[in-house]
Amino acid sequence: MNFSCGRGAMSITSSSAAWKPADAVADQFPAGLRVLVVDDDPTCLMILEKMLRTCLYEVTKCNRAETALSILRENKNGFDVVISDVHMPDMDGFKLLEHIGLEMDLPVIMMSADDGKHVVMKGVTHGACDYLIKPVRIEALKNIWQHVVRKRKNEWKEFEQSGSVEEGDRQLKQSEDADYSSSANEGNWRGSKKRKDDEEETDERDDTSTLKKPRVVWSVELHQQFVAAVNQLGIDKAVPKKILEMMNVPGLTRENVASHLQKYRLYLRRLSGVSQHQSNLNPPFISPQGATFGPLSSLNGLDLQALAATGQLPTQSLARLQAAGLGRPTAKSSIPMTLVDQRNTFSFENPKLRFGGQQQQHMNNKQQINLLHGIPTNMEPKQLDNLQHSGQSIGNMNMQVASHGAQNNQNNSLLMQMGQPQSRGQVLGDTTVSQSPGHPSSMGQPILSNGMAANFASRNGIPENIGGPSYNTVSQASSTLNLPLNFPMNHASELPGNSFPLESTPGISSFSSKGVFQDVSSEIKGSVGFMLGYDIFNDLNQHKTQSWELQNVGMTFDAPQHSSSLQDDLHIMQSVSVQQGSTVQMNGHNRSAAIASKAMFSAGDIKEHGNAQNVNQHLNNLVDNARRVKSERIYDTSPANLFPDHFGQEDLMSALLKQQDGIGPTENEFDFDG
Amino acid sequence: MNRNRLQHQVACMRKSLFDQGYLDEPFIQLEELQDDANPNFVQEIVTLFYTDSARLIQNIEHALNSRPIDFNKLDDYMHQFKGSSSSIGAKKVTNECTVFREYCSAENAEGCIRSFQQVKQEYAILRRKLEVYLQMVGQAAVSQTA
Repeated sequence: MNFSCGRGAMSITSSSAAWKPADAVADQFPAGLRVLVVDDDPTCLMILEKMLRTCLYEVTKCNRAETALSILRENKNGFDVVISDVHMPDMDGFKLLEHIGLEMDLPVIMMSADDGKHVVMKGVTHGACDYLIKPVRIEALKNIWQHVVRKRKNEWKEFEQSGSVEEGDRQLKQSEDADYSSSANEGNWRGSKKRKDDEEETDERDDTSTLKKPRVVWSVELHQQFVAAVNQLGIDKAVPKKILEMMNVPGLTRENVASHLQKYRLYLRRLSGVSQHQSNLNPPFISPQGATFGPLSSLNGLDLQALAATGQLPTQSLARLQAAGLGRPTAKSSIPMTLVDQRNTFSFENPKLRFGGQQQQHMNNKQQINLLHGIPTNMEPKQLDNLQHSGQSIGNMNMQVASHGAQNNQNNSLLMQMGQPQSRGQVLGDTTVSQSPGHPSSMGQPILSNGMAANFASRNGIPENIGGPSYNTVSQASSTLNLPLNFPMNHASELPGNSFPLESTPGISSFSSKGVFQDVSSEIKGSVGFMLGYDIFNDLNQHKTQSWELQNVGMTFDAPQHSSSLQDDLHIMQSVSVQQGSTVQMNGHNRSAAIASKAMFSAGDIKEHGNAQNVNQHLNNLVDNARRVKSERIYDTSPANLFPDHFGQEDLMSALLKQQDGIGPTENEFDFDG
Repeated sequence: MNRNRLQHQVACMRKSLFDQGYLDEPFIQLEELQDDANPNFVQEIVTLFYTDSARLIQNIEHALNSRPIDFNKLDDYMHQFKGSSSSIGAKKVTNECTVFREYCSAENAEGCIRSFQQVKQEYAILRRKLEVYLQMVGQAAVSQTA
């Protein structure tokens, strides 16, 4: 057989299985499926390799878990599925499973001679998509491609739910395996047909996308293009399709733009309502404990230094951010479980704030917690991780923003919080707002994204980890967000699915949120909160149904547009950053900061458990982005220009910080260690 | 003629190996995996199995001889051994491994030592038979190409 050797099966595209929209590709599937098989037993390993080759898969074998991890990390998109033995000398197979789920979010099949129920159950709980009993038969291997497709399909589905129906449909359509296009998809395709043209260009890129999620890296330049398009179209009229057209970036899909737009909108919302606060605002995100800050740290450091270099990031802030970035929680790195406490500590001075500091704080905390936990104490570790990661990313973003005009201490503080890149957890598509430990307040933001946040969560495969309630509330809130921004914040509600397609478009989701942040940050100096938003988005996405805001905050977060706008603003402010930037007017000039921060937290999106996206991927992308970030000035945010009801950033910041202070001692109950 | 006889002998021995329970379904899978690209696949796998088994057997011996006996480690080794023997379809060997692991989980040193003797015995028998069989297979293959 021609494909028996090495990459013989890959006759079309090298990496992923020849996934191409064309029929030819469809015929080949699942040939070329890139499998990594890990087993310390050389006999089994060789047999498996041969069997997989016989199935026309592209096989890479290794006999150590550590080796497998480094292989996967080096080739972010180099594999479609992993098969691993349970008992291995250097690392427990389930541990490897967790790592892979967190960092790469690949389907993992466990195998063992052990067929005991509890072992199989362990596989299930750790997220294995299948469990094979040794000796493995070739028939069992012939069908492993289903896990790849299923995963992709679920991701697209989540994406669709977030409102990007067309994209999802389109992607599904593109997947060469037409069998997976169910009638449900067809229904969704009603609007997709006309978008086909727009999306044609993504075909080339998509030929590997069906098999592996396309990860769009929202670089500074790309984001600038995006923002330029949005501004040109007008924030109310900026629909993904038009934006895509205007951007005219080959390979970019409407889905990419849509998810990015969602994040951007949320970011803007936050900016609109956020005023600078004093440094007493604590970063709402809790940095993941023991998280793999490594990569993010480097990113953070990179960005921070760049920012600092420009003289915009106060040394102090830089230090703090770096500290944060390095994963050293400046505050407790615990999940802001005690929302209630936060509520009290947060005092919002700005009279305009409807809910006052308390609310904000409360919101933030709640939001944060919700995102993390859903309802305080509901958050599961995983969720927390996600949030944390989000927070981190956001933190990074904040840093960037802060650098520019970090006038406020709050910015700094927020930045600090944000700055903790959370590599753990899933890559919530950079929405993993990872707040510095003990500062859940920033989470508030995510709530704003509500719908969006919820989407995020689902996207990144976080769903399993995230508890649920929190996100739901957020989604509700988001839909009703009416930030007093000039641009219609109601966009959030526009977003149908409220789900940031974090998963579906790994790069996109994370980047999009980043992008949003970027702009926001540029707009607003030292916007702290927006980073949070990203994470929250992720989380929110996952749980759309609950409006924890209402519950937790006790605020009248009802869907009502107006109050929510204020509230949202508050939240945004809290979580995102005290930014005043006139997001609407963002001309995309200070994207770099935002982008860098995006990069940072997308790296931090790594979630320990679950199906984290390929954090590494994100991380790498982010790093690139970060590096590219020039210390552009942050958009000048003149509070006055912001929005009608704009709250002084300082006020918000201080409120946030205070809130966070109050939250400080929360512990991270969800301690996940990778 | 010679070739036919060889093939006949091969077929007979193969059948008896299966009938007597020395080999099982996975071995057939190995045979099916053998193709032109890997004409000696079965032999390669079996050889690999011998090498790995030798190592594991040595480890088990050592663990059984040490005092106190580390049953967890023992079980670990035996689990590995069982995994690879089952992968090639060494049915009797695998069964003895299962017995051993039962004694091991019961921390029955005596039982472990005894059943390990059985494991080694079955392993030796299988190895001998396989070597003969595969040699015959090789000869028949050569005679075919002749």
